[in-house]
Amino acid sequence: MSDLIITGGRVIDPAQNIDGEFSVLIRDGLVEFIGAPGEAKAKASADAEKLDATGKIVTPGLIDMHVHFREPGMEAQETIASGAAAAVAGGFSSVACMANTDPALDSAADINFVYQKAAAAGLANVFPVGAITAGREGRELAEMAQMARVGAVGFSDDGVAVPTAGLLRKAMTYAKMLGKPIIEHCEDASLTGEGVMNEGYVSTVLGLPGAPSESEEIIIARDVAIARLTGAHLHVQHVSTAGSLEIIRNAKRQGVRVTCEVCPHHLVLTDESVRGYDPIFKMAPPLRAQADVDACLKGLLDGTIDAIASDHAPHLAEAKEQGFLAAPCGVIGLETMLGILLLKLVHGGKISLLELLPKLTVAPAGILGLGRGVLKPGTPGDVTVIDLDREWVVDPAKFKSKSLNCPFTGWQLKGAAVATVVGGKVAFRDGV
Amino acid sequence: MNWTRKHLLGLEELSAEEIVHILDIASGFKEVSTRSIKKVPALNGRTVVNMFFENSTRTNLSFQLAARRLSADLLTFSKSGTSVSKGETLIDTAKNIEAMGVDIMVLRHGAAGAAKHLSENIDCSVVNAGDGQHEHPTQGLLDLYTIREVRGKIAGLKVGIVGDIAHSRVARSNIWGLTKLGAEVMVVGPSTLIPRDIEKMGVTVCTDMDQAIRECDVLNMLRIQFERQDGAPFPSIREYIQLFGVTESRLKQAKPDVTIMHPGPVNRGIELSPEVADGPRSVILRQVTNGLAVRMAVLFLLAGVDG
Repeated sequence: MSDLIITGGRVIDPAQNIDGEFSVLIRDGLVEFIGAPGEAKAKASADAEKLDATGKIVTPGLIDMHVHFREPGMEAQETIASGAAAAVAGGFSSVACMANTDPALDSAADINFVYQKAAAAGLANVFPVGAITAGREGRELAEMAQMARVGAVGFSDDGVAVPTAGLLRKAMTYAKMLGKPIIEHCEDASLTGEGVMNEGYVSTVLGLPGAPSESEEIIIARDVAIARLTGAHLHVQHVSTAGSLEIIRNAKRQGVRVTCEVCPHHLVLTDESVRGYDPIFKMAPPLRAQADVDACLKGLLDGTIDAIASDHAPHLAEAKEQGFLAAPCGVIGLETMLGILLLKLVHGGKISLLELLPKLTVAPAGILGLGRGVLKPGTPGDVTVIDLDREWVVDPAKFKSKSLNCPFTGWQLKGAAVATVVGGKVAFRDGV
Repeated sequence: MNWTRKHLLGLEELSAEEIVHILDIASGFKEVSTRSIKKVPALNGRTVVNMFFENSTRTNLSFQLAARRLSADLLTFSKSGTSVSKGETLIDTAKNIEAMGVDIMVLRHGAAGAAKHLSENIDCSVVNAGDGQHEHPTQGLLDLYTIREVRGKIAGLKVGIVGDIAHSRVARSNIWGLTKLGAEVMVVGPSTLIPRDIEKMGVTVCTDMDQAIRECDVLNMLRIQFERQDGAPFPSIREYIQLFGVTESRLKQAKPDVTIMHPGPVNRGIELSPEVADGPRSVILRQVTNGLAVRMAVLFLLAGVDG
């Protein structure tokens, strides 16, 4: 019997409406008890490991449902082990990794490979998302049932959308049979064209080709229609425009089974950041206008946006140094996400902690069917301890991630994870 | 005025006063080129390097001659292709050249933002000789110089910039310079070549060439590139000429003193009919002459600023 007792903290579990000073007892990897400190202490074994969370927030282990761990194929950028280390350092006990590796995660063997590597690393839970189409080539369905059988939590060709409505219909119909979501990167390749940033006044002044918001919105509208047709669960990745949120809001109102996520950078940065031509601000979808940022915040508050995800996308420094036109899209985010959200949204007065935490716990767990994100007896003992007042400066050189492509370098943040517990094991602790 | 800028990256960041100062200094240098000995010792002992990563004839030659007439030592480095290959980045190349003891780098590059990127990574002065579709400040300055010389003023004139506005660095530098000096700017072209929200730069948009010809004091005709990676922006050259080409008959509607400009090289018979390009309203060769004076002024001013 192995016990971990977390004492002294303010436990917030949005799924159970718990908010109060309680102790959490985890036994053999599962939540055993939440309740009065005396009672928890009495239940705990004499040699229980202790985590003193006095003055801190104790919450179900955070879940980032959208990361890129680059293994197999691009291990210089990130590995499952380095990504998992970044995850727990950022407060995330679980992540879902995307299939755009080389080769793509499109078979049961690939899904098993991710679980094996994650188990060997022994840090965060890493849940693989399988490719929708073989090789992510957008031609034929991948063996989705085989992948689901060994633990793929959803399917996505992330990086690109499924190219045609006909193929998407097949994928959604099939995924519905398997009870898994289709997770879409919504972008119309023909409308994006050569676009490397948001199309608007800033792209015009900079002389950089832009991609209009409609490039994202058209595919979301198409995907919502196919979700309505098939009854499948559509999850829209990284929404970034006001128009996208309108489409999703309406779809939800009509009962279509659609969920969506937003990335921290789309909540706090605009295309004005691109003015210095620094490719660190190049991502897909691109940074948009202030009105879009405002719409994303509104969508978080009114429930249109279900989850917040980092789209952690490591790249080599050399690749990012090729200039704005040639550099690849993407930013890392696992180790800054919580700090950014706490500083800009919670301390910034835009959203309360009680509104924020579900987007990082129970909501992504529900979308992916993880059976986590809640501190109920019998569920996996994943816990994050947060210090709301910890002040720190973003320095990618100190990150566990192998890559440095962080758009928040030098930012003074307030709030950080100080311990991450995964299955009852303290996978990360910093000063507690 | 006291010139303090180390780099010339674009006209967007210059004040009206700074722009006028460059034009005034250029006037002095223009006189040098009329002497029998066309050389001054202003940059004696200084080294200028031309780094051209895109094909260019006139801009490259103009900068070379400008440096020589100022008595600077000159290096030229040309490499075709829009991106410097991996392993030898633009900055690597530039640092190697800078290590030889260079005072001013003149950079032409296919990527927007390249000159700014260079200026942030090396110690010497940088002149942007065209960065992708962003800016071409010395072209903008020589256009301003030419308009001021021919028309005696810039403020109050209506200037039409005609053609591929979306992909043109010349258009952007002209818009910044002209609006700062009080001209009224109209951008003219097929709607597929007018970029999003360009009105916010302080210009009006017109897709009717006859209206533009009737209203404008100056027409600056941009070079049209029919083949583009993202597909042809209009159905045919013939249709473009019908809508936007300037011919003698069309020019009859113009103000009698209209000034016709073109940054070159002219697609004869497309943007301009040969008669118009070579006709009395054209100042195309004067633009080239003035380009030399303007580039001398720019090199001279930047060389006077201590690193």
